[in-house]
Order: sequence, then structure tokens, then C-alpha cells
Amino acid sequence: MRRSRLLHVPFWFTYFFLYAPIVVLVMMSFNSGKSAYTYEGFSLKWYGVLAQDKKVMEGLVNTLVVAVGSTVIATVLGTLLAVGLARYTRSKTLDAFALMPAVLPDLVLAIGLLVFYGLVQFTLGLYSVILAHGVFAMAFVAAVVRTRLAGADTSLEEASRDLGAGPVTTFVKVTLPQLAPGIVAGALLAFTLSLDEFVIAFFTIGNLEQTLPIVIYSMIRFGVTPEINALGTILLLVSFTAVIVGQRLTKIGESRAQD
Amino acid sequence: MKPQAAARPVSPVRERRLGAFVFLAPGLVYLVVLMLVPLALVLSNVFFQRGRFGGLVYEFTTENFTRLIDPLYLGVVGDSLKIAAVTTLIALLLGYPTAYLIAQLPPKWKTIALVAIVLPFWTNFIIRVYAWIILLNGQGLINSGLKVFGLDPLELLYTDGAVVTGLLYSYLPLMVLPLYAAIDKLDPQLREASANLGASPLTTFRKVTLPLTVPGVLTGSLFVFVPSFGNFVIPEMLGGGKSIMVGNLIRTEFLKARDWPFGSALATALVVVLVLLLIAQARAARRA
Amino acid sequence: MFRTRFTRRLPAAVAAAGLALAVAACGGESTDSAETAPQATAAQLNPNADLSKQSLNVTVWDGYTPKELTEKFKEKFKVSDMNIVLHATNEEAMTKLTAGGDSGIDVAFVSGQYAQALNEQGLLEPIHPELIPNLSNLYPEATQLSYDKGNKISVPYTWGTTGICYRTDLVKAPPTSWNDILKPPAWADKKVTMMTTERWLALPALKVLGYSVNTDKDEEIAKAKQLLLEAKPHLLKYDDTTFGDLLVSGDAVMVEAWDGWCPTTDEKQNIKFAVPKEGSDLWVDTMVIMKSSKNKEAAHAFINYILDPEVHRWAAENINYKVPNKAAMDQVKVAPGSLLGIKPAELLDGESIIDLGQASTKFTRLSSEVTAD
Repeated sequence: MRRSRLLHVPFWFTYFFLYAPIVVLVMMSFNSGKSAYTYEGFSLKWYGVLAQDKKVMEGLVNTLVVAVGSTVIATVLGTLLAVGLARYTRSKTLDAFALMPAVLPDLVLAIGLLVFYGLVQFTLGLYSVILAHGVFAMAFVAAVVRTRLAGADTSLEEASRDLGAGPVTTFVKVTLPQLAPGIVAGALLAFTLSLDEFVIAFFTIGNLEQTLPIVIYSMIRFGVTPEINALGTILLLVSFTAVIVGQRLTKIGESRAQD
Repeated sequence: MKPQAAARPVSPVRERRLGAFVFLAPGLVYLVVLMLVPLALVLSNVFFQRGRFGGLVYEFTTENFTRLIDPLYLGVVGDSLKIAAVTTLIALLLGYPTAYLIAQLPPKWKTIALVAIVLPFWTNFIIRVYAWIILLNGQGLINSGLKVFGLDPLELLYTDGAVVTGLLYSYLPLMVLPLYAAIDKLDPQLREASANLGASPLTTFRKVTLPLTVPGVLTGSLFVFVPSFGNFVIPEMLGGGKSIMVGNLIRTEFLKARDWPFGSALATALVVVLVLLLIAQARAARRA
Repeated sequence: MFRTRFTRRLPAAVAAAGLALAVAACGGESTDSAETAPQATAAQLNPNADLSKQSLNVTVWDGYTPKELTEKFKEKFKVSDMNIVLHATNEEAMTKLTAGGDSGIDVAFVSGQYAQALNEQGLLEPIHPELIPNLSNLYPEATQLSYDKGNKISVPYTWGTTGICYRTDLVKAPPTSWNDILKPPAWADKKVTMMTTERWLALPALKVLGYSVNTDKDEEIAKAKQLLLEAKPHLLKYDDTTFGDLLVSGDAVMVEAWDGWCPTTDEKQNIKFAVPKEGSDLWVDTMVIMKSSKNKEAAHAFINYILDPEVHRWAAENINYKVPNKAAMDQVKVAPGSLLGIKPAELLDGESIIDLGQASTKFTRLSSEVTAD
């Protein structure tokens, strides 16, 4: 349609804008020199270095564990909270409260949690980070799910209740499926935010483990090398593959369900 | 939007109280314990004084608040507001059409398009910033490209423009995802009805689509504005540390000056401003 | 409705409770952090302690110690566990160490003035010289550093000075003065950088004006600020961490740098370091033991192990840092003109930066005013 043509410009520009640095990132992973931003020639050596770097690999595993854990917490609590705020209260203060983690300076929250964990003598480690990431991720999930709920048609839910289904059944069978795209968007957001989060993780992780952002950030002093670009490229490939595979599986699942 | 329980006799009060408890309690308790208490632990420092070598002296004082009223700090806040506002505006101009078109895609492509928005962010933040340095550098890709066309190199890096670009890059998905959630739930029949009644596409957009997606716009804008406002890494790495923002100030006071009381004062002021923004946004969203 | 009133009051009630809890906690904390020392106190460390019952957590900069350090130490001393934790800046380490309670760290690597600050807050265990016989390997000059005379609470690991790191092929003449950075010649305009950390940001200006780096006089600081503001338009950027890369890529031709960070051993051999004629500082990275540590004997054994010339020379040979260890430096082959050749006596010409207590906020303000424009 004619109207849509014009909209295509910002649409494609957005993707171009998002991926131009990625192209650069991938290119630099093949840098033969050791600078992360001065290209000197082609080489695969950094992939080799990456494969042998235990510190980076451990960091990656820890980061994924934290991201998955905090996304689960955030998605469950955030969705519940969103429904609660939309359907069971009119308090704007509570609305603001639920969003507060997203507006707090992360350093303040990080130091606060560090002091708090010390006070209650909670051992620092991956769990303390998962809980900490859950805090701000939940705000994002709640907000995204809220936008889906705002002004949404409640007639289906009311119909379900009129037909005798209890609130829990209604929630699970009617509300949740309606919210699903919002929940997925929120979960994606929470996962993404946790992956790269440095400040809160640094202060709440204690002394035995590191997450990837912490490892990389600490490399700044002696120079970030293209090894990290190699890591980034691999992560991209893996994520991309995972998505494609996920798509195929969903399609197979759907077509099987139709049989 | 129509009021909740008043218009229809729904379920007994006890059931609604149970519902409120089940839905609200877990999240709220979690936030109270893991956000409010830690926050209070740090921000309560604002009433104390910095010890000579950085610790705390437990003597009550309000001087940390009076120190805030100072052209230096107010200037930094003003600059941060400007940069955050510009970033948010551009994010909206780019993000809305993108979210809109994604919502029109067939389901299979929708997910791919959405994931494609966040995929770049599953690499590492520091390399992404480095990639921008490579692009914007004096001898970077963009300037090399300009040279090829015989144009003069532009001073792109270590400027406010570079900071906006970096912030925009980091937070664009935070604009697109909520917008998508809001746009996607719209009933296409509403738009069709409007068109059938003779409204031009622009009018349909203005009077039907846009008002219904206001909550998404507000959420997305908040998600971009707030972290842009409080950011410190991007002003440091892409701005060359030449124009500090509020986030840098807070970090400097907490980490470098080890002046937790004053840092808390700055943070409290920041949080108060942002919470007010949040409440305003909540009001606007509930009215929509 | 009951619920709405209830939910509306809830946040306020909770906030009040949180605040009360916080104030109560703070009251408890302040006495705690000074007294968290468990069994061993200053007089009671046991030279024959069974180290297999102890473990060790060390926080240090990435790449600052040999990769095999953990294995070798565990092998030699049989400690039950050892972890090296990374920090990228002094500030991050300080926050973790001072946030109250037991940070779990036994040994921390921090720069001199930060060791001093930690001690002033009562967080450090005094060094027990009888457990560190290798202290005798240090240069005499390294035992009289102004932030800790006599090494009572810290043991130096590396030292050096701040100066100008530059590209020999991109400068018309080697830099000799801090003014080469503050008022760069036209061919270097917008190709110089200065540091962001406030004490080092102020250093060139203070030295050019002939003041001490440890001044707390308002007029002197104000004059330095003026100079720095005039210098700002000629800068490429403020940079504490990547200035070496900027020289390698040619984006910068002269940068304010710590000598150990100046990539003089880069393959292209076109980078050199110069100490400006107005003078500079003497920075020292030190090792300290936390009072809250439950493994003080292991911590001392670690420091003693580092001071072994065979171990300590690693820093000089692998990361091009000078170590204050005479026994180690005597064994290192120093190439002519290398930074490793700077003698301790020359280093001591530099002023050690000390923590200025209350006056440090003046420098924070200075750096905020300069960078905020």
C-alpha cells in the first residue's frame, strides 16, 4: 500500500543502523593485529585463542545461567504484577513503584544490594546476581505486559467467568494466551538486559565467579583484543541458529497439531 | 477506559481480594525486599557526612542537599536532559514505524523480525561501542568513505552527536518492543472501519491508531529516556569524557570521591525526578 | 474500598519500615566494620600456622600477575583454595572493600593513596614483618614512601611515574614539558589526551605552575583549573584506559600516561615515554591485607611469595612494569633506553600522591568542573 512505502524507510534504516556495527564487529574478529579497532590483516587466530580461554568461557556460562534465571523470575513475577496492576488496583503509586527498578541508577541499586546482602549475610555468588537482575528485569516485563493489557478487551475474560470458570482457570486459559506476545517481548527484553549487565553483577557477585561483562570490562586495562569480537560473532551465530531452529520446530509442532 | 468492577457485578469481594493478593503480592514483596530496602540503606546516607578518608561519619546534616543547588550540577542535569530528550525523540521516530511494520508481518516473520531487533544485543556491549568507534573515528569507516568522495573528514567521534548515536543504539530495542506489544494488540477492524468511513490513512493514524497506542509510546519513551539520562559509559567512551552527564557525576561521587552522602543526594534527586515522571506517565496511561 | 486504601498506604508504610531498618543497620555497621577481626589480632599471628586450613581471595587488575600464580602458590603452600578476582579500577575495588561487612577478600592490590585511605578507615591488618622475610629484597627507597612510611600497612608491588607517551614518527620534536599536552603545537591539536582520574588530571597543570600535587590550597587549585579549561578544546578526549591504543592507531600523537601503560615494546618500535621537565609523581601499586580476613597467615605467605625475586621479576619481564624489588631487578636484563632502567632515585624525584582526606573533594569538584564544560 502507498502509505506503507513511506514507513519502510525508517523500518529498513533501523535494521541497517542496528547491524552496521555488527558487520564491523564480525570483520574485526578476523583481525590479525591485536587491537580491537585498528585493522591489520586477516587471521583466524583469535578464534583459537577464544577456544582456549577458560576465563572467558566460564564467564559466558555464568552469564547465561544468570540471564536465564533472572528472566524466569522477571517473567513470572512481572506478568503477575502487570495483571494485578491492571485489574486489581487503581493506584498510580503502585504503578510507579513497579517501574522504579528501571529508573534507578544501577550503581545505587548495586551498592544498596551489596550492603543489604552483607547485612543479611547472604552468600554472594550467582544466586545473588540472579536475584538482583530479577529486580530490574521484572520492571521491564511488567511494563511491556501492561501495554498489552491497557485498554484490552476484557469481554472474553468476563465471558469465561460468566460461564463458570474460576479466576485461575480464566487467567491460564484466556488471559495468558492473549498476553502471550507481550510476555514473549518482555522476556526477550529481560534476557537481553541481563546478558550485558555489568554494574549490578560486578558488585553483587562476590569473589568466586565472574560474568562475561565483568571479564571483558576488566580486560580494558591491558587491551580488549579481537578475541572478544570472535566471541561476539560466535554468540550471534548461535543465537541466530537457535531462532531458526526454534521457528522450524514451532512450525512442525503446529502442523502436527493440525493432523 | 471503563472502570473495573463498578460497571458489572463480577465476582464476590473476597475473590477479588484473593486475586489482588495472588497477583500483586509476589512481585511487590520481592521489590520491597530487594529494591526498597537496599535503596533505603544507601540513600539514608544522605543525612550523614563523608568521613575524612571516605567512610561515613554518623552526624546528621542537610548540607548534602544544599550542595546540589549549584550551577555546575544543574548545568550537568540540563545537558543530560537535552541529550536524553533528543535520543528519545529519534528513537520514537525510528521505532514507531518499525514496530508498526513488524506488527503487520505474517506470524512467522514477526518473531524473526523481533528477535532480529534484539540479536545485536546478545553480543557484548563493549565491542559494540568499539565498533562505533571504528565507524566514527577520524580514520574510521565513515570518514574513509567521505575521503573516497573527496569530502573533508568530519569530527564525528567524541562529540555530543556520538553520544546520542551510542545511546540510541543501546536503547532502540527498548522502544521497539513495548511499541510492538501495544500496536500488535490493536484490532485491525478498527482501522478498516475508519477507512471505510472515508478517513484518509493519515487521519486514521492520528485519530485511531496513535491514541490507542499511547501507553506503548509512553512506556517506550520512558525506557529510552531514563537510561539515557543516567548513563555514564557512553558519554565516557564515545563522548571522550568531554561532557559529563548525571550518571558520570553520581559514579564519580560514589566511586572516585568516595563521598557516599553527596552521591546519595544526587541519586535521590535523580530518583525523585524520575519517579515524578513515572507517576505522570502512569496517570496518562491510565487515562488513555 | 478496603483494598484500595490498603494498597495506597502500603508503599508509604513499607518505605518507612525500610528507612527505619536502614538507620538501625547503619548504627550497627559502623562499629562492626572496625571490629570484624576474628581470631587473629595484631599480636597473635602464628608463623607456623597450618596453611592447608586457610584459603586465599585476591583482588587484582587483569593480567597484572602471572597466569600460573594460583597453581604455583597452591602447590607450594597447600592452601585449601585460592581465587583471583579482577577489578578494572581502584575505585571499584574500594567500593567492594568498604561497603560494610566482610568482603571476603584477603589481599587487595590497590594504589598507594587508596591503601592509605583504607587504613584510615580501620579496614587494614598491619603488616607483620616477621612473616615476610623477603621485605629485605625491597629497595630502601621503597620502604619510605609517603603514603605509608615503613610499610606498616602495605607492601609495594610495582611503581613508576606519569609522563607523556608519544609516537616518535608522528611528532616534530619529542615532548619535554607538560605544556606540550596543555598547549599543544598546531600539528598536535586535537591529537593529545589527558587522564580522567582527578589527581592525574590535575597533575600536569599543577606541575607546570610549580605547585605540589598534594596541594589543598584553593588559589592553586583554581589556577590549575583555569589552565585545564584552556587546554580542553585542544584535546582529543579524556582517557584513562585506552590511550595506548590511541597511540598505536595514530589517532593521538602524545598522551598523558603511566609509564607501565605506555606500549614502548610495541612491535613497530615507534612509541617512547618522556618525563616532563617540570616533574611528575611517583605512583605505587601495593598489596594490602584486609582486617576482616580470616586467612592472615596465608595472606602474608602470599605477599612474601610475590617478593621472591624469581616471582617478582615476572612483572618487569612480562608487562614492562618496574618493581621496587632490588633482588628481582638485579636479575632483569634491562635494554638500553628501556623504561625499566629508570632508577629508584630518579623515581623518588616524583611526589607520591597521598590521600588528602577532606580536601580530596576539592579535586573531585575540579575534575567535574573541567569535564562538564
